[in-house]
Amino acid sequence: MALLVDKHRPRSLDQLTYHTDLSERLRSLAQSGDFPHLLVYGPSGAGKKTRIVATLKELYGPGVEKIKIDSRIFQTTSNRKLEFNIVASVYHLEITPSDVGNFDRVVVQDLLKEVAQTQQVDQSARQKFKVVVINEADHLTRDAQAALRRTMEKYSPNLRLILLANSTANIIAPIRSRTLLVRVAAPTESEICDVLGKSGKKEGWPLMERLNERIAKESGRNLRRALLMFEAVHAQNERVTDSTPIPPPDWEALITIVANEIKAEHTPACILKVRAKLYDLLTHCIPPTTILKTLAFKLIPLVDDSLKADVINWAAFFEQRIRNGTKHIFHLEAFVAKIMRILEEHDMEADFP
Amino acid sequence: MASFFDIKARKAAATNGTSSKALLPKETTRLQPWVEKYRPKNLRDVTAQDHTITVLQRTLQSSNLPHMLFYGPPGTGKTSTVLALAKELYGPELIKSRVLELNASDERGISIVREKVKDFARMQLSQPSAAYRAQWPCPPYKIIILDEADSMTQDAQSALRRTMETYSKITRFCLICNYVTRIIDPLASRCSKFRFKSLDQDNAKRRVEDIARKEGVSLEEGASDALIRFSEGDLRKAITFLQSTARLVGAVSVEDRGEDIDADQMDVDGKMVTVKSVEEIAGVIPDGTIEELVKAMQPQSKGIVYERVAKVVEDMVADGWSATQVVTQLYRRIIFDEVVLDIQKNEITLLFSEADKKLVDGSDEHLVILDLALRISGELCKGNGA
Repeated sequence: MALLVDKHRPRSLDQLTYHTDLSERLRSLAQSGDFPHLLVYGPSGAGKKTRIVATLKELYGPGVEKIKIDSRIFQTTSNRKLEFNIVASVYHLEITPSDVGNFDRVVVQDLLKEVAQTQQVDQSARQKFKVVVINEADHLTRDAQAALRRTMEKYSPNLRLILLANSTANIIAPIRSRTLLVRVAAPTESEICDVLGKSGKKEGWPLMERLNERIAKESGRNLRRALLMFEAVHAQNERVTDSTPIPPPDWEALITIVANEIKAEHTPACILKVRAKLYDLLTHCIPPTTILKTLAFKLIPLVDDSLKADVINWAAFFEQRIRNGTKHIFHLEAFVAKIMRILEEHDMEADFP
Repeated sequence: MASFFDIKARKAAATNGTSSKALLPKETTRLQPWVEKYRPKNLRDVTAQDHTITVLQRTLQSSNLPHMLFYGPPGTGKTSTVLALAKELYGPELIKSRVLELNASDERGISIVREKVKDFARMQLSQPSAAYRAQWPCPPYKIIILDEADSMTQDAQSALRRTMETYSKITRFCLICNYVTRIIDPLASRCSKFRFKSLDQDNAKRRVEDIARKEGVSLEEGASDALIRFSEGDLRKAITFLQSTARLVGAVSVEDRGEDIDADQMDVDGKMVTVKSVEEIAGVIPDGTIEELVKAMQPQSKGIVYERVAKVVEDMVADGWSATQVVTQLYRRIIFDEVVLDIQKNEITLLFSEADKKLVDGSDEHLVILDLALRISGELCKGNGA
């Protein structure tokens, strides 16, 4: 049994429910025969991937849906062997170069050149070029991005790139100036409600408008998350009503507890207690950035108005540290300690004005 | 499968193949990005780098070339200039054997410099035929173009040093980079440097309008200005924007248009490249959104400020606006705001610099923007209280 997210994923441009003008534009690009390199960006769960798959289908017809997974081995200059998975159809390739970490440059250079130097084999193909979809393009190293620059120009008759990214901040300017930027905004809450209503109908679940609205609000305009929550609610409760509580994910519940502990007690003993929980989260593969961000936003409603800006400030500060550093737990704990200190100082001032 | 053994069918397929091949060049020119299509063919076509061009043209006459180092921001014509120069020197035949172009997409570690570059550098020259020599200058040296040289490692650069000198009789090097500081000193001192400045508005505008006319794209009043403004002196960006917008609005006609067809008979469908569509392509945030953020940052009682700023920022992030764009536009809005005191601006620029650093390091956009907005708002409050 597939999840709702996959089961009801739109397969063609017609089935996409929101951003109709964007879909229309993608369609006209696909039909014009003059398809540019694309850089698609937007928050997660906004439907970037779905749109791209639909566009590919528009470009090549149903053949793109027959995909297979190839495992390839690349060799770096220092003779290290890298194993790398490629999702491919006859017409397109899909790669996630950040899988191989720092060696992504080798993969990008070898693979793209290989693709670019061979022409489309299938004579009946609708397009002369192949498409390479690069996932998580914002995690490409600078070297790999630099390697893309000239390749994009030189081999443009045989090769089109579609880069998918969450933000354009980490994409170097030369790449940005060579691609057509496509922004996919997150759906609005009412649009999410629509989608929930529709997939509920397909499943034969009764329509609960208030519940859908609450889910849309909780999801933070992330459609994938909204659908997962929607499914979770229906899976856990026999009879769903408008007032059925939405179960938060376990990790979020745990972070809420941490936030409450930080608020309640500002002592070294409490830091120890929190440490256990943070380790628990980290070992369950919750990204440290997500932990820090969620923790900060859970703390905001708990603290005094005058401290809110400080909390955000320190969250941003330690978030950067997490990016640059290697030991995540240090920075998470530093954040906790810092917040406790701020709270303590604030309390002192309140006691002795 | 059966057709494989059928000779007739195979012959038919073969002729098919050749005929499609004959069609190919035409098609590829149409599908070419305009940036490639309108790359300057000779030195005179290079826009707006007068100083460099005059110097190069002189050297062309004397047919002696120094090692060269071209530097300047992206999209100012560095690669175009050197390619045009090579074309003028060698003509279409000889250019293949006399010019080696390496860029960051090729492997360029120290081993390549030692082998490939060195081998090419020490290769002796062949004498072109007299007829060919009459047509092109064909100077007695080869050119090695190292594009994007600032992404070469220090080691690879230092391996070049001696190579450059030893073979200087028969080989000239041309290094191209964005940041001259990334080129190690010993290399830089061996080259004559040419700085490529950002294109000025008039020249860039003329070029963009020129291309638009040749491609049969109609531009709305002010659209070309908008193109130039958003591309910030980067002509390649401007041309890419132009092509993308033209594709989007469908302002370019589908059939292949010869370059000599007069611009007068353009299709008058009323499909034009508008300022708005240019904005959309360039990913510029509408002024209204920025204005809303600025309004939310104005000093009020603390709690309300947080609520309002958080709301606006959340919407911005969900709409997928790129954080760097937010920072750039907000910066312009605040720094040129008359109401903000100079001393406040002083502090605020510091905040911007910090935020930019965080973004480059790959921090979470939501947190960075929220932090930036809140701290600017705090700064504004402080100033008003004093």
